Amino acid sequence: MDLELMINSLPKLLSAALITLKLLSVSLIIGLFIGLLFAILRLNKNIFINRFAYGYSYVFRGTPLLVQIFIIYFGLGQIEYLRSTFLWIILKEPYWCAIIAFALNTGAYTSEILRSAFQTIKPGIIEAGKSLGISSNIIFYKIQIPIAIRQSLPAYGNEIILMMKGTSLASTVTIMDLTGVAKYIISTTFKPVEVFIVAGSIYLFMTFIIHNVIKFLEKKYSFN
Amino acid sequence: MELLAFGKTGWGDELFIATLMTIAVSITAMIIGFFFALIFTPLKLSKNKFFNFIGNSYTTVIRGVPELLVIYLFFFGGTGAVMYVASIFGYNEYIEINAFITGAFAIGIISGAYSTEVFRGAIQSIDKGQFEAAKTLGLNKFGQFFKIILPQTLRLAIPNLSNVWQITLKDTSLISVTGLVEIMRQSYIAAGSTRDPLFFYSFAAVLYLLLTFLSMKIINKLELKYSRGY
Repeated sequence: MDLELMINSLPKLLSAALITLKLLSVSLIIGLFIGLLFAILRLNKNIFINRFAYGYSYVFRGTPLLVQIFIIYFGLGQIEYLRSTFLWIILKEPYWCAIIAFALNTGAYTSEILRSAFQTIKPGIIEAGKSLGISSNIIFYKIQIPIAIRQSLPAYGNEIILMMKGTSLASTVTIMDLTGVAKYIISTTFKPVEVFIVAGSIYLFMTFIIHNVIKFLEKKYSFN
Repeated sequence: MELLAFGKTGWGDELFIATLMTIAVSITAMIIGFFFALIFTPLKLSKNKFFNFIGNSYTTVIRGVPELLVIYLFFFGGTGAVMYVASIFGYNEYIEINAFITGAFAIGIISGAYSTEVFRGAIQSIDKGQFEAAKTLGLNKFGQFFKIILPQTLRLAIPNLSNVWQITLKDTSLISVTGLVEIMRQSYIAAGSTRDPLFFYSFAAVLYLLLTFLSMKIINKLELKYSRGY
């Protein structure tokens, strides 16, 4: 066990963990909006809108995240037309390509979580709102969405942790996140076990924090 | 379509073989995972604090650390570990481990952690009366487990195991970083030599969708079979 290497690599890995957190938080925020949008589309009665939303979540949940990143990073750059538009400013950066892939991916999972949360809301609650004379728009924003968010907290907590692990794939498109730096140190020192222990501990610590924050929120917003 | 032709001109046959490789790695990893689950589920259910700790650490660490990091550990560390063991027996030549074995093992350990959680949940949700009834029938411990508890556990576990299978199947794409030629790696090679990444990665996505779709069909059949009488 090379303790010196472990101590020396800790600051490098910690600063790389900040990039991991940045990737995670930006893609989660965008993904939450995408998820909410597609959950609402899934509940739409129009069969085309409904099918479209289902197709989106099916494709993104049925293919590996790695394929999605590669299509966006290597694939989209191939389209000549895109290169001439302003989108190219975003798509030529591996950082933004990774974020687009992560956001679309977590959006698909989030839409499923929110959809099932919307469907488990008891009709009595909506009826109670109606009988108070509240308009259906306000019922949706003030009653259905808050209940759905509370309902989906445990599942969404799992999704955050899965997504945090997913951000490690950013290292495959040259981003030096926690896994990227860990791989770099491993391949220059050939000490995989030591680096794995340090990098793994940082990941576990982040998992631990996320887990507890979600638990706290669940308690705070519990129905009882 | 030309790009997908079989034979020397297209990539059809290569991608077909790569798909078979993905299926082979996934199944091997899933089976390795079952072995891990077989060891760690009893540990997690054990009343002994030490065993319990070992079982919990396994599932917590593996499920909290990115798959890619675990794969790097095995890819870079596997050879070293095997050579170390070999050197104890007096063999000092360089040993290279097969990419298939390293990959299947790394994914297997990950898949095992998820399977362990599934089996633990399934066993815990079996009615206590079933354990007692098994005892009253005068079966020995093995009979109790294999004839009464295991069949019921399987019925409860299959829907969640199908999720584990989907995760395992998608995780195998990560082994491409170690050079094993499965769907992802083959698409990478094809994309590089034809300069058509959009087509090949999209085709890879279609292949994965096809695999997940077909496996869902098969699993649904299994589910029906094991829930006879319910």
